Amino acid sequence: MYEFLKNLDRRWVFLLMLFAVALPIYFNAQFPEKPTGLARAVFNEVEKLNEGDPVLLAFDFDPASEGELGPMATAFVRHCAEKKVKMYFMSLWPVGPRMVEDALDRVVRSDFPELKYGEDWVQLGYKSGYEAVIKVIVTDLKQLYTTDRFGAAIDSIPLMADIQSVQDFSLVINISAGYAGTKEWVQYASTPYPDITIVAGCTGVQAPLLYPYIPEQLPGLLGAIKGAAEYEMLVLDKYGARDANGQLAESGKYFEGIRRMGPQLIAHVLMILLIVTGNIIFFIERKREGSS
Amino acid sequence: MKRTIPLIITFLGGMVLIIAYFIPYTQDWGEKAAVFFDVLAAIAFVLGGGNLLKTHLKKVSDRVAGWGYSVICVVAFLVTLTVGLGKIGVNPNAQFPNYAWSGIYDQVGSPFWWLYEYGFKPLTATMFAMLAFYVASAAFRAFRAKNFEAILLLGTAFIILLGRTFAGVYLTGFIADDSAFSGLKLENFTVYIMQVFNTAGNRAIMIGIALGVASTSLKVLLGVDRSYLGSGDE
Repeated sequence: MYEFLKNLDRRWVFLLMLFAVALPIYFNAQFPEKPTGLARAVFNEVEKLNEGDPVLLAFDFDPASEGELGPMATAFVRHCAEKKVKMYFMSLWPVGPRMVEDALDRVVRSDFPELKYGEDWVQLGYKSGYEAVIKVIVTDLKQLYTTDRFGAAIDSIPLMADIQSVQDFSLVINISAGYAGTKEWVQYASTPYPDITIVAGCTGVQAPLLYPYIPEQLPGLLGAIKGAAEYEMLVLDKYGARDANGQLAESGKYFEGIRRMGPQLIAHVLMILLIVTGNIIFFIERKREGSS
Repeated sequence: MKRTIPLIITFLGGMVLIIAYFIPYTQDWGEKAAVFFDVLAAIAFVLGGGNLLKTHLKKVSDRVAGWGYSVICVVAFLVTLTVGLGKIGVNPNAQFPNYAWSGIYDQVGSPFWWLYEYGFKPLTATMFAMLAFYVASAAFRAFRAKNFEAILLLGTAFIILLGRTFAGVYLTGFIADDSAFSGLKLENFTVYIMQVFNTAGNRAIMIGIALGVASTSLKVLLGVDRSYLGSGDE
C-alpha cells in the first residue's frame, strides 16, 4: 500500500477529483448555508436602496470564472429587480457584456418582463482602458459612453437623463475576476470619492487581496461560490424563489450557488485527505531514511 | 529622437496625472489624459492583433516545434476577426433598419455569437476548471509539514478549506452560537483568520508595493529607468 501511494500516478488523483465533483452534481447534494457578516453587509447595502434608485452593475469577468461568479451575478440582478431599482450595466472586460446578457436572460427577460429597456435597465457595454475608464466616468460618464451597447445615442435613453457620473449612482455593484476589477474600482472610485458606495463579489483567489479595503472603502464582499451561496440564501429568505411563470419554485437558477457548494464541499474534503495522505507518506519515508 | 519623444510624452503624461490629483483646479487635465489613455488602449488591440499574427506566422514559416498550433491560432483569429468586424449574419438594428452594419456584432444567432457560445466559452471554462485537478495533484505531492512555518500554513489551509464549506458548520456545530467559544466554530474562525491575519499581512505587502511603485514611477517619469523603451536594437 505504501509503495502504491508513494508512486501514485497523478491520474488517480485526477480521477478522484472527477468523482468528488461529479457525484454531488449527479445526486444534487445540497447543504444549508449560514450567511456571514460580509454577505449580510452586501445584502443590507442593496436592501437600503429605495425604488427607482440608480445602481451601476459592473460585470468585470469572463466565461473562465462564470462557474464562480455567475450565480452571484444572477442573485445581484434578481435582488435589484425585486427592489425595483434602475439598473445600469457596464464592463471593463471585453467579454463582460455577454456575461451581462446571460444574467439578463436568466433574470430580467424571463422573470421580470415588465422591466423595460431604457426605462428600467440599460446596457452600456464595454470600454477599453481598464482603470482609466473608471477615472473618467467617476466625474463624467458621458465623455466615454456616448452610446449604449447597441449604438443608441446616450442622451436618447430616458434612464440616462439624470446620470452625469458614477457619483450619481446610489450603489455600485462590481463582480470581478481580476484586473481590472474591484481593486481598481476601490482605488479610483470609492477612495477619492467617499460618497460612492461599492459592494463586490469576486473569485476565491482575489478575496484575500480585497479584505484590507473592508469596511471603509468596501462595505461588503462576496468571496467566490461560498459568498454567492450565502447571498442567495439571504435573497431567497427575503423574496423566495420564482419560476418562469413568476410562481414560487423550490429549485432552479436562484439556487445555483447553493447547488455548486455541494461539489466544493466534497472537493475540499478530498484535498484535505490528499494532503494528509501525502504527509503520512512523507513522514514514513523520513523515518525509514533516518533508521537506515 | 526615437527615445527622446517617448520620454517627453511619459514625463508630461505622468506629471499631468500627479498634478491633477493634488490640485482640484487641474482635475480636468487628468480626465483628458485618461481619455487619451482609453483611446490608446483601443488602438493597442490593433497592435496586439498584429503582434499575434507576426509571432505565429513566423513560427509557421520556421516550422518550429508545435507550428500546427500556430496555424490553428492564426485561422481562429482571422475567422473571428472577419465575422466580428464584418458583422456577418447580423441583422440591422431595429432603430436603424436602413443601415446594414447597425446591428450588434455578437447578436444572438450570428456566426460571431456562435463562435463565442460554442467555441470560446466552453474552451475558457474548461481551462479554468482544469485547475481543480492540478491543484489536487500538487497538494498531494508538495504540501508537506517540513518545518514549523509549513505546519502553520497546513493548519490554516485545513481551517479555511473546512470553514468555507458546510463541513466546518457540521464539525463544530456542537459549540453554541452564544457561548464564549463561538469564535472557535470553524466558519467563524475562518472569517477571523481572513479579517485579522490575512488583512494585516496583505496591508503590509500593499504598503510595501505602493512605496515600490511610487519609487519606480518616479524613475520612469524622470527618465532614470528607460527599460520600457526596449533595447533599441530593433
